[in-house]
Amino acid sequence: MTKELKCHKGIGDKVQGIALVADDNFSARYDLDRKKGVFSRPAHKLCGESYHDKILVLNTSKGGVASAWMLHEMKSRNICPKAILFNTANTILAQGAALANLTMCDRFTDGDVTTLIKTGDEVIVDPENGVVTVLNG
Amino acid sequence: MKLTEEEKAMLAGEMGAAKQWALDHQVKVGGMFDAADLVPVSQAHMMADPESLGEAGGDFLEDMVAKGARVAIPMITDPRGVDLNHYRPLGQSEEMATLERRMIAACEKMGILMTNTCVNYQTIMPPVLGDHVAFGDTGVVIYSNSICGARSNFEGGPSALAAGLTGRTPRYGLHLDENRQATRRFVVRDQPKELTDWGVLGALVGKLAGSYWAVPVIEGLEVVPTSDEAKHMGAAMASFGSTPLFHMAGITPEAQTLADVGGDKLPAEEITKADLDALRAGFGGKGDKIDVVVFAAPQLSIVEMQALAALCAGKTFKSAVIVCTSPQVYPDATRMGLIDTIEDAGAKVLEGTCFYNQYAREIGEANGWTRLLSNSAKIVNIISGYGYTPALASMEKCVASAVAGEIV
Repeated sequence: MTKELKCHKGIGDKVQGIALVADDNFSARYDLDRKKGVFSRPAHKLCGESYHDKILVLNTSKGGVASAWMLHEMKSRNICPKAILFNTANTILAQGAALANLTMCDRFTDGDVTTLIKTGDEVIVDPENGVVTVLNG
Repeated sequence: MKLTEEEKAMLAGEMGAAKQWALDHQVKVGGMFDAADLVPVSQAHMMADPESLGEAGGDFLEDMVAKGARVAIPMITDPRGVDLNHYRPLGQSEEMATLERRMIAACEKMGILMTNTCVNYQTIMPPVLGDHVAFGDTGVVIYSNSICGARSNFEGGPSALAAGLTGRTPRYGLHLDENRQATRRFVVRDQPKELTDWGVLGALVGKLAGSYWAVPVIEGLEVVPTSDEAKHMGAAMASFGSTPLFHMAGITPEAQTLADVGGDKLPAEEITKADLDALRAGFGGKGDKIDVVVFAAPQLSIVEMQALAALCAGKTFKSAVIVCTSPQVYPDATRMGLIDTIEDAGAKVLEGTCFYNQYAREIGEANGWTRLLSNSAKIVNIISGYGYTPALASMEKCVASAVAGEIV
């Protein structure tokens, strides 16, 4: 059974992929080993997990301005998430998504997106219309 | 988004391909945050270090130059990733230096002033109350918003560049009055005494506030912080909480009273010594071995350099010690003999970089550094993702620990 989640208009193209979810936050600088494509910060709930080609679902974006360039750099090497969904994005990640043409949405009307979507769910993200569809929801 | 005739011309490509990219970028970002229009800005400040940009970012900047990019307003830069006078001894490669040189050349061709600093509010041109700016570096933004009363969002490199090229930025977030009102109210019950105490207070407030869209107001402070203390407080808050603005009742310009920012209507949350000690407890303890002691994040002011030199005088370090300062402070510190005093003890002072954005993982691996001690609450938050185990102590204890080779 599919489930449709409404969110704010986002950035990037419509994409489909498998979700990787945590009730935790995100910074490309603080949390990732971008060469290996894994979360590397020991305190992160996804530490050790590969984010490559995943639809990342996290609470909010943290930390420094570097993440904006880093999304673009990650995308250029194709070791990158397919999309990132947040409860609330900060400005940096939205700016980075705009440069990298990486799909990003936030502000879900039905509540906490880290509980509405589970790791392993197949989801379609449509940023233009602000809709995320969970295919096996 | 409502655009002026000039902005429509930029978007249509009538003013060149670089401005067209910039305005298109601003429309996309502004769209996500419901910006009604663009607001003129007086300065832009860009983070553009080679580790973050990579080859792809270098290509992007060179492509902008090829498209005729030229900044329309004064535009300055954040710390670089390679000190070109001292990179091989750090274990940085020729490839890193080459990428750094490419980026500097591209930025210079666009008319960007290579200030290479995250303390531009102390050394270049501090913004003033109500000044709309487009600043990169979260520490710069939080200080400019909170202490100066200027108006900036966190502008990542691409957006800072777009603002430099168009002279504008989308009017959302902290450019709007309604987003500058307090949303959390904290009462401090333990007075900060030195730089690291201010950093720890900032870190805790950031952690508790926890979102870009939260604005803390702090009361109960019995002392007015110095610029350096406010710098450490803000940088840590922005790092732990992604916080771009805070108020201190009776201290910062937009909160002469608690009511000015709506703090009187918010429930008061106490910050006690136990809360601050709990945060510190996560970052090292007495007797822990250390590989490298770092004074950076933010770059040191001339006043911090003087304090550090006084502590270093006549000492001999067992641990590696790295100090990062700005290209504006460095020549003064050289002329005043402070660099010699610090380096005679065995430290290295780097110019125009910051430790965490200079390929921290690679230099850690090259030098065998994993256990890092600093007086910066910001850097201990950042650095664990780069493979370090961070510890936090005051400047004085950091110096004594570097002599002992372990935390004293």
